[in-house]
Amino acid sequence: MAEVVLNGVSKAFGDETALDNVNMTVPDGSFVVLLGPTGAGKTTTLRMVSGLDKPDAGHVSIGGRDMAGLTPAQRDVAMVFQQYSLYPHLTVRQNLEFPLKSPILRTRQSVIDQKVGEVAEILQISHKLGNKATALSGGEMQRVSIGRALVRNPSVYLMDEPLSSLDAKLRSDLRIELKNIQANSGATLLYVTHDQIEAMTIATHVGVLDNGRLVQFGTPREIYENPVSVYAASRLGQPRINVVPADLFGGAPQAAETIGLRPEHIVQGEGEDSMVKRVEHLGDQTRLHLAFKNHDLITVTDAHTELSEGDIVKIRPEKPYYFDASGARVA
Amino acid sequence: MSFSVTEPTKGTKWFAGVLVVAYAVITLIPLLWIIATGFKSPADSIAYPPVVVFEPTLEGYVNLFTDRTRATEDMLEAAGPPQTWYEEIARERGTVISGPSRYGERFLNSVIIGFGSTALCMILGTAAAYAFSRFRVPLKDDLLFFILSTRMMPPIAVAIPIFLMFRNLGLNDTHLGMILLYTAVNLSLSVWLLKGFIDEIPMEYEEAALIDGYTRFQAFYKVVLPQAATGIASTAIFCLIFAWNEYAFAVLLTSGEAQTAPPFIPNIIGVNGKDWPAVAAGATIFLVPVMVFTVLLRKHLLRGITFGAVRK
Repeated sequence: MAEVVLNGVSKAFGDETALDNVNMTVPDGSFVVLLGPTGAGKTTTLRMVSGLDKPDAGHVSIGGRDMAGLTPAQRDVAMVFQQYSLYPHLTVRQNLEFPLKSPILRTRQSVIDQKVGEVAEILQISHKLGNKATALSGGEMQRVSIGRALVRNPSVYLMDEPLSSLDAKLRSDLRIELKNIQANSGATLLYVTHDQIEAMTIATHVGVLDNGRLVQFGTPREIYENPVSVYAASRLGQPRINVVPADLFGGAPQAAETIGLRPEHIVQGEGEDSMVKRVEHLGDQTRLHLAFKNHDLITVTDAHTELSEGDIVKIRPEKPYYFDASGARVA
Repeated sequence: MSFSVTEPTKGTKWFAGVLVVAYAVITLIPLLWIIATGFKSPADSIAYPPVVVFEPTLEGYVNLFTDRTRATEDMLEAAGPPQTWYEEIARERGTVISGPSRYGERFLNSVIIGFGSTALCMILGTAAAYAFSRFRVPLKDDLLFFILSTRMMPPIAVAIPIFLMFRNLGLNDTHLGMILLYTAVNLSLSVWLLKGFIDEIPMEYEEAALIDGYTRFQAFYKVVLPQAATGIASTAIFCLIFAWNEYAFAVLLTSGEAQTAPPFIPNIIGVNGKDWPAVAAGATIFLVPVMVFTVLLRKHLLRGITFGAVRK
């Protein structure tokens, strides 16, 4: 287990900048989730740490050791690939054994059998161990791919959208399982996802990437409650933060161009009138789609609300975020 | 672009069937004719109109594998009654067997040179193709074109320089010389074919192996090679067929020690007249190794083993 430090890491593929001077410290034993849309540099960051790609500038160190010039095998990292990358000529069992049989580990067969058995149990693939890796569903392949990382005990786990192909039930099961494994083993985990629920529930830290730059790094709560920009604010929160012109409500600071309202920033029952456009009952909560001075707002209300389409609700903002013209937070 | 996949109609199936059968008949008739001729008597083999139903004899095969001399009455009496079935066949033509022919040796030469050059070609070809496919090689496209261009001229164009070169190097009429020559000729084909097959194998597998604690070479050996098996098998068949059938260089560069079967078979004509059954027998046996090799590797040709373990 080890701390991972990225120091001024930049990488370009041709004219495309993939990473731009990224500085990030992944603390020992932390579960760091990287968030950002496609092309933000999440996967590239993992590849820098793994050694599959070399940075154009900057340094990566793991456990205090500079990784420059070291091969992936020498870095002692395990990685779950987004495309699964199971060895198609091997069975599921052989795929899981593969890292343990590497010339670096040379594990005894009894230990291999035990490890593979345990991991297969956790991932619910014990009954598929004899299958060819190609004779699996997408979700099963993804689990084998996670298993191939979990059989080892590396200094860092790197996971690239490891739960994306699973159904909702399995996904939430494995989310908890991954969190448990990480918490119990003290492993350091660097994790890429699009799914903000995953980020909020399992991360100890979240890194928000925008066009190859790390724009914010902190606990999920910090990022949620204290975003540095419109961009960072819109990465987390369901329903998404409402972004409207700053002068809509009045009382905005001088530099503010837009105002960001999370659902809980909209107080109902006082202030100015808005009209209910749609009511979505989700069971534990109800979402309200409101029209306010020609702008759409989405907020959350009581699960058993009596409101229906066409009703008028008074609203006012409560401690919203203000952003300047470039999207940076001003208050 | 879209196209519809529909069940072929009865008419198209019937038409396709006729086409396949017709093609098979056209390609197989010469083959069947050669095999049949091997079992004909010399008279039947040149009969006109050709005989289709005939009394089979092993005379062609006996003549192929033996040297015979015309026997006088005294010799026959001295030799006594024939001891074996093949002596009996020779005796019927008034000859006695004086010893084995050189066909066995020539055939063995073909095996050594054909399979030797194919093996060497696969080792070098796979390594080169992997490098061209995966690494940044300076002047890659030019090098690939240069490699292919060695295949553009007819063998006869380089025959004389190669002949002189071989004589100076002492490679004339040696197994090593022929293996090197056929490897050099086949390598362009094998590099190009194998590069195509290796390009098809996604890089992710090797990357996974690198992460899993293997070196680049181990990843190549454990992950890429098994998946390239299909491509290697089909390329090996092409290389073997070329090396096996090659005639021009073999005539020019081999005469004794390392002579292969192709230049030897026509030599049968002339020693004892036009012995077509023996020629046909030689050709029939000559077909067998390539057929066996192809049949053995057939399952690799049909198996799409890399199908579907990487999400596209």
